[in-house]
Formats: sequence, C-alpha cells, structure tokens
Amino acid sequence: MATALTEIKVTPEIAAEHGLSAEEYARVKQILGREPNITELGIFSVMWSEHCSYKSSKVHLKRLPTRGKLVVQGPGENAGVVDIGDGLVAAFKIESHNHPSYVEPFQGATTGVGGILRDIFTMGARPIAVMDSLRFGEIRSGEWRVASSEKKQETTSEEAAKNRRILDGVIRGVGGYGNCFGVPTVGGEVAFEPCYSQNPLVNALALGIARKEDLFFAKAKGAGNPVIYVGAKTGRDGIHGASLLASAEFTEESQQKRPNVQVGDPFMEKLLLEACLEAMQTGAVVAIQDMGAAGLTCSTVEMASRGGTGIEIDLAKVPQRETGMTPYEIMLSESQERMLLVAEKGREQEVLGVFKKWGLDAVVVGQVTEGGLARIKNHGSVAAEIPAHPLAEEGPVYRRPIAAPAPRVESPKDWFAFAPEGRNLTQNLLKLLASPAIASKRWITEQYDTSVRTNTLAGPGASDAAVVRIKDPKTNEVKRALALSTDGNGRWCQLNPRVGAMHAVAESARNVAASGARPIAATNCLNFGSPEKPEVMWQFSEAIDGIAEACNALGTPITGGNVSFYNETLGKSIYPTPVIGMLGVLDDVSRVLKIAFRNAGDVIVLLDGASQTETGRHFERSEKSLFARELSSSEYSKTVGGLVAGEPPAIDLAAEKRLIDCLAALAAEGAVESAHDVSDGGLAVTIAESLFGSVGAGLAPPAVGANVCIDDSSPAELALFGERGARANVSVAPTKLAAVLATARQYNVTASEIGKVTRDGSFRIEHKGRAVIDSPVDSLRDAWANSLEWTLTGK
Amino acid sequence: MKFGVVVFPGSNCDHDAYYALGNVLKKPVEFIWHQSQDLANCDAIILPGGFSYGDYLRTGAIARFSPVMKSVERFANGGGLVLGVCNGFQILCEAGLLPGAMMRNSGLRFICRHVYIRVEQTDTPFTNAAEKGQILKIPIAHSDGNWTVDDATLAELEKNRQVIFRYTTPDGSDDAAGNPNGAMHNIAGICNRERNVAGLMPHPERAVESALGSADGLVIFRSMVEALVGAAKATA
Repeated sequence: MATALTEIKVTPEIAAEHGLSAEEYARVKQILGREPNITELGIFSVMWSEHCSYKSSKVHLKRLPTRGKLVVQGPGENAGVVDIGDGLVAAFKIESHNHPSYVEPFQGATTGVGGILRDIFTMGARPIAVMDSLRFGEIRSGEWRVASSEKKQETTSEEAAKNRRILDGVIRGVGGYGNCFGVPTVGGEVAFEPCYSQNPLVNALALGIARKEDLFFAKAKGAGNPVIYVGAKTGRDGIHGASLLASAEFTEESQQKRPNVQVGDPFMEKLLLEACLEAMQTGAVVAIQDMGAAGLTCSTVEMASRGGTGIEIDLAKVPQRETGMTPYEIMLSESQERMLLVAEKGREQEVLGVFKKWGLDAVVVGQVTEGGLARIKNHGSVAAEIPAHPLAEEGPVYRRPIAAPAPRVESPKDWFAFAPEGRNLTQNLLKLLASPAIASKRWITEQYDTSVRTNTLAGPGASDAAVVRIKDPKTNEVKRALALSTDGNGRWCQLNPRVGAMHAVAESARNVAASGARPIAATNCLNFGSPEKPEVMWQFSEAIDGIAEACNALGTPITGGNVSFYNETLGKSIYPTPVIGMLGVLDDVSRVLKIAFRNAGDVIVLLDGASQTETGRHFERSEKSLFARELSSSEYSKTVGGLVAGEPPAIDLAAEKRLIDCLAALAAEGAVESAHDVSDGGLAVTIAESLFGSVGAGLAPPAVGANVCIDDSSPAELALFGERGARANVSVAPTKLAAVLATARQYNVTASEIGKVTRDGSFRIEHKGRAVIDSPVDSLRDAWANSLEWTLTGK
Repeated sequence: MKFGVVVFPGSNCDHDAYYALGNVLKKPVEFIWHQSQDLANCDAIILPGGFSYGDYLRTGAIARFSPVMKSVERFANGGGLVLGVCNGFQILCEAGLLPGAMMRNSGLRFICRHVYIRVEQTDTPFTNAAEKGQILKIPIAHSDGNWTVDDATLAELEKNRQVIFRYTTPDGSDDAAGNPNGAMHNIAGICNRERNVAGLMPHPERAVESALGSADGLVIFRSMVEALVGAAKATA
C-alpha cells in the first residue's frame, strides 16, 4: 500500500480530500506549472492548512500592534523576543494543542508543551518557565440558564466524569513533560464552561532567556551549506496532524483520529535542548528550525523561504523508525523532538560531534541551494520539487465573510435577581469559593515541578502572576525577574467579544503589575470556532480589535502567538476564547508582591484606577437593572444564580493603565505588604484569597482575619462579587499608609481604606452598616482549598 | 576542596546543584560527564535530580550502568563523600551503594511542594552542622519516592542510625500527614553503614536562599564543607 501511494495520480477529488479547495488546487497547479504528484499535494495541503498558513486570520492579525522599542523579534519567527536589559532577551510564545488533547489528553498535552519548548530553544534561548492555560467542560453536573436562549446548558454526571478524565490526562501530560524536561511549570489558569466539554483548550506558554548576541533565527543562508537533521527518528505518527486534526471541526468519528496524535518524549527533548544550545555555541550553526506542525515539510520550506534560498534534501538519509515509509509519509510525519539545522560548510563535524556526545541522531540530509526551489529527493529520484517562497508565503489568503449575530434581546427579567438588602451572603461566598473556577488549584499545580532551576520567586497562586528570576546564562549572576500571567474569559467574550478581549489584556497586565512588575509585551492564543461561519469571523474580528485597542492603550505589543480555529464539535462552537500571555519585568528581585496578608494591623486599601469623578459616575448609574446586567456575566451569577447573561463590565483602559502604573510604583517603593487584583469572584473573593495565602504561608495562630467595611450605593452582591476591572487590593503597614495614599494620588488612582487585617481568625464584611459576611476564615479556607481535590478524586 | 556534579543524560537538577555550591556557597565545583571515568580530583560527588535516561524503565535503573558510576563506586568505597538527591538517591539504591528501592508515591502522582524533614543523626558528613531534631523545610519533586526495604534491613538501618532524615509535620511529629509519598518509617534520607554515602528525596539545592521559600537546605552542604575541611586538617 505504501508504494501504491506514490503511484496515485492526483485528481481534484484527492485534492479535496486533502482539504484543498478547487481554487487552492488551481493555484497549486499554477505555481508548479503542472499537476502535482501525491507527495507535492501532501506538502501543499499541510502548508496551506489553516493551522500552518493562517489563511483566514492573516488579514485580521495585521491590525495587532507588534512593534515597540523593546521588541527584538515580532511575529513570524519561532517565538517573539523582547529586550529585558543587561544584554539579555526573553523569548516567549503561547500555542494551542486543543484537538489532540481531546482525542488523546495525555499525549496531546505533552506534545503541546514539547512543541512550545522547542520553539523557544530553537531561538537559542534556554526555557526557564512554562505556563498552561487550560479550559475544560464542567467537572460537576449541573445546569445553567442562558438568557436569550431557549435551552438550558446542561452537564450530566456522565459528561462531568468524562471531563474529569480529560482534565486528569491533560494535567498528567503537562506535568509529565515539563517535570522530566526540567523546566518549572509556574502557573497558568484552569477554567470550566459547558462549551469546552467536547473541545477542551490546552494552551501552553514557554519563556526562555538568552544573551542578545546568542539569538538564532530560522533563515537558511549560504548555498552549499549542509542541512542537518537531528533528534528523534521519523515515524508514521502525526501524519496530517496540522491539516486534519487542527484544521477541521470535530465529528463523532474524531476519536478515530487518535493515530494522528503524536507521542511525546521529554527525555529526548531534554537531550535535544542541551545538544542544540551546545552546538550553537560552536559558532558553526547558521540557522535552525524545529519540526513541529507539518514536520520536515514546514522546516525545510520555511527556512528556505525566509532565507531567500533553495533547499535540497534526500529522504533516504533521514533517520527512520519504520521501514517502507514513502516520501509522502516522511514529509508529513509529525514525529516529535526533531530539528533541522543549517551548518557552515566545512564545519559540519563540529556540529555532528556535539549531537554524538548527547547520543542523538544527526545526519547531513541535504544542502542549501540557490534558486529558491525546495527539492526533495528519495534514493536519487526527485520526489517533490516546489518553489519554496510561493509555497510558504503566497498561499491562499481569505477575507472570510463576517456577520454580526442578531443582537441578544435581554430584559431585566433575564438578569440576576439581587437578594434583599442586608441578607447574610456568607453561604454564597462559601459556594463561590468552592466552585471549580475559584477554588484553589493546588491539587493540580502540585503535580507540576514548580521549583526546578531555582528561579521561582512566586509559583502558582503565590502572586497574581508567576515570577521567576533571571540568571545570566554565562555567569549565573542573578539579574532581574520576569513576571508572567495568562488570562482569558470565554464567557465574557461570548457575551461581547471586543470587550471580553480587552478585559483579557487588561487583566493579564494587571496581574503582572500586582506582582510588582512592569508589563512590557504580550503573546496571544486565539481559540475560536470555524472561520467558515460568518458569526465566528465576526467574533474573531471583534476580539482582534479589542486586543489591539487594549495593547495600544497599555503599551504592550503582541510579539507572536497562535490562532486555533475549528474549535467546534458537531457544529457547536466553543466560546470565543482569546488567551493573553503577558510578560513583565521586575528590576529588583526583592520587590515581588504576593497576595497573602502579612501582618495583623495592616490597613486594607482598595485601589481603583477609575478616578474620583468616574467612580462617582459609576455609582450614580444607579439604575438597578444596569447593575443586574453587569453581575449576570460574573462567576457569582453562574455559580450562585445558575445564570449566564448580561454584559461584561464596561472597561476603562485609561483607568487600567493608571492602576498598573500605580501598582508598579508601589512595588518599587516597597510601600505595600501584599497586592491582589480584583477579578473572578470580585472583592470578597480577593480578600478571602489574601487571607488564605497567609494561612498557607504558615503564619502561627491566632490566625489572620479581616474586618472590612464597604460603603457604596450599589447592591451588596455587586459590591462584593462584581468583577469590574481596574481595581486591586493592597495591604499597608499603618506607618506607610500616608505614603501609599500619596503615591495613589500621584497616579490619579482612588485609594479607599476599606478595612484592617486582624488576628482573630474571622472574616467580616459590612455593607452600608450591615454585616453581610461573617465567618471563621478556616471554614471558608477548607472549602476553597479542598473542593477541587474532592471533586476530582471523589474523596 | 572541590565538588563534582555528575551529569547523566536527563539530569535536570545538575545546574541547580552547581549554582548552590558555586554561586551561593562559593565553593569550587565542576560538572562530570556520565561517560567519564575520571572524577577530576573532586572531594565530594553529587548525583543530582532529574530523569536519567528518561527513567522509562525504573528510576535510576539505567544510570547505574553509566561508566561514571564505576568510578563513583570506587570513590565511595574508598571513603569519598557521595550525596544523591532525588534521582541521585534512586540511582544510589539501584547501584547498591544504599539499601532499599523506590516505589511509586502512595498517591500515584508526581508531587512538588515544600515538606518538612527532621534531622535524625548529626554524626554524618551531611548533617554535622545541623542540630539533632532540627526541622528543615525543603521541596520535593518526584513520582517515585516511596522508599521501601525488607524488614530485616530496615531494623538494621534503624539500629545503626542510618536514617538521617525523616518526614515530619511542621511541628515535628511523626504523624503520617507529614509523609508525602508513603515511604517506610517516614524515611526521607539515609546513609550507608560507613556514613560517607547518603541519599535523600527532598532537594536541598532548591532550598539555599530565603527568596525561594527556604534556605534550610544549606545546612546539608555546609556539613559537607565542614567534613571536608576537617578531613583536610586531619591529613595535614
């Protein structure tokens, strides 16, 4: 059968089976000036797949801001690169591995992590941290009323059990790869919505550092230079992973695509990392590119295209795991842990020697050529011959139809019904703290090695962002620290993609600032449904505009990322889910801010970027229905009211910017004891988490507590659980209070003293003079700390 | 005085051990490649954590056959100081330089968190700078730390005071709650009968600066330095 494949004559039907449209197939013939053979058709089909070519997203991605004075490398290389001072650069990028993780959760997740790590060290940067942004279907059964929809969203107990199994596989995969590879998995997010039940999202972000002069790029140069294949042998796994798995929606038969999922080997990747970095140090490496999606095809063609050269390789020389593989299979294999590099002619032995030392296959498989042709030979005969540049860069570009959906018609009766004023809300807080979305993710993150490489200043949950310090790659001297946060809110983007996307950017930047760092650049992973649906393209376009506007306002360019379309199963799309990975720099490693309260007697200060007058305006907007509309989109509404509706809170980017600058300044001054932004679950959850952090930090009893008074005109439930942005809570020693208030004034940020840290182990909140929360911290903490483990392990 | 950190394919705490010894303690340290039989005149050898050879077979089972292990064995038998951390401990068990074997953690999951261990013996080169009963907060990060051995060996180990670190609660009780992986007798670390070879599952090299959550691991490396200084004086 394998040999038969090479003899297949390509017909328009076969082209269609490869996912190429009639126009695309005509274009193939035009570029070649003839009919393609089957291998060439396979090459075109992966290179022009949505996953590799960005054909539906390209026209929109152009609207993202990608330049800035710190940006060394924007989108278009293996990873984005920014200058972080002291001659060092940070390479970082986020990527999706959604469909493989549904088909085979463990391997899907491992190869997702493996792929993004290779993208980083391909640039010459050593990976120092990984984060994962994960979304699953509900792991507890239940139902939710969705306003403007006839049907309720329901998760049955079988479905919840299946989602727990997917989560378990993904967690083991993420941990399994990073733990063995030796990079700390320092955080991320785990979120749950019914829409991810048949299509979980696994987005992995990796960060690496290098000296600026040691960066490498994937540009083939110098005709006659040898092309070297290194790493794992090529097998039949993952053929058409990019084109069939990642670029088509799911059906009930999708589980049969399991053979299209690749298998990860973190040990091999660790060897590859060390060998590549060592080989790069010889000075004999000209260019390097990892073999990820579309494997050997993508790496040969892109290196040649970027370098403006041609390339010629002989497949007979490619190390193979199986016998009888056809050129088609070798070119399309997505076997993991492989690299292609170009060495300086005459110095190939230096490079080969390094790989030999690490026990890795390294073989000269071809050479860089002039003339721009990618020529694939097999045992002397030509198996494929395609002009590299048109194949890589002149693929189809679509302006897909865009259509806004009919406006949702909602009235106040569709929105959250507030409890009577003065009602004790402690039980609701307890329920919220125990919900999978808010509950501690400790049970998950303890399965990740978070401390290897001894740089982790703030691991999962310690601070709003993960913070890792930087050691100079040559001297080991500790320089600054970097902060990272990944954020996205699919529910908000479903309700309003533009505003939801802006919130994702704002929250990630706020999180970075609340750890004490200055946000400098971002990467994005755009998870959407089928681009062939006009309403999905509308969501996409709106989200891009939202990200662009927010990134411009906050001064954080997008340096790269990934688009994942076709996230739908049986015709039903996921919520549009743009995920932002924000990077920040902290000049003084001793100034990391954490969320835990530290001392009884400290003053709790709520910082609000909305200036006095704007705050006033917000509260004057006292029509109760508008408050209800805002709360209806919150985690509180979903968990306590079983309702998803309304609009995300209005966003004020100027207010976000003021708050971010103020937090970074307060951190640099060493003026605050703790910081935690107000986000999922609102102010009450923010304060509760700062209390729990103190307990976790091992503070001796009598346990820490808090007394808080909130005085505003909005209903108690909105004041406690509303998720309006541009706010953060800090705790301040009484002696430094005046200085903190002065700094806040300087940044035009409203600072309100709302309470005190106590030592009586109780958490109390008064609203308009009435106690609305009153509970021992311990009982709240138990629910928060253990509920996820109870849910996932059935204990 | 010079420390050697062995690099097996798949070691991933080698850099951390190097940094702790070289940059924090400011002692001479160098890497030793697994294929080398030459220990480069080092006075103490660290077998670092990681996943040597991927640990696909059984933790440490392949690494023990690395060429370097022949030299490590000779070095240990000659009285040289050898410390195995995590995967290094597993390798020492596989190599027969320490008794016992590792099973999967009792919870069958990888666990990474700070744990508390109590220093049980101070008359070893790894604990001489600590106080007996001192409680150290040190991170673990492993899937296979459930140390086990036959009853007779265990009894002998206890009798010879070879159990040098035991998991405990923060306040020092032997409660099972302090034991993260199910190891027999809450054992976190042991030494050989001659007391010059030791292994432990927690990572002292990750606990050498308070900014990272704990500096309690320093006492283990300081003990080794003191032992080496003492030995040098004795021969001088």
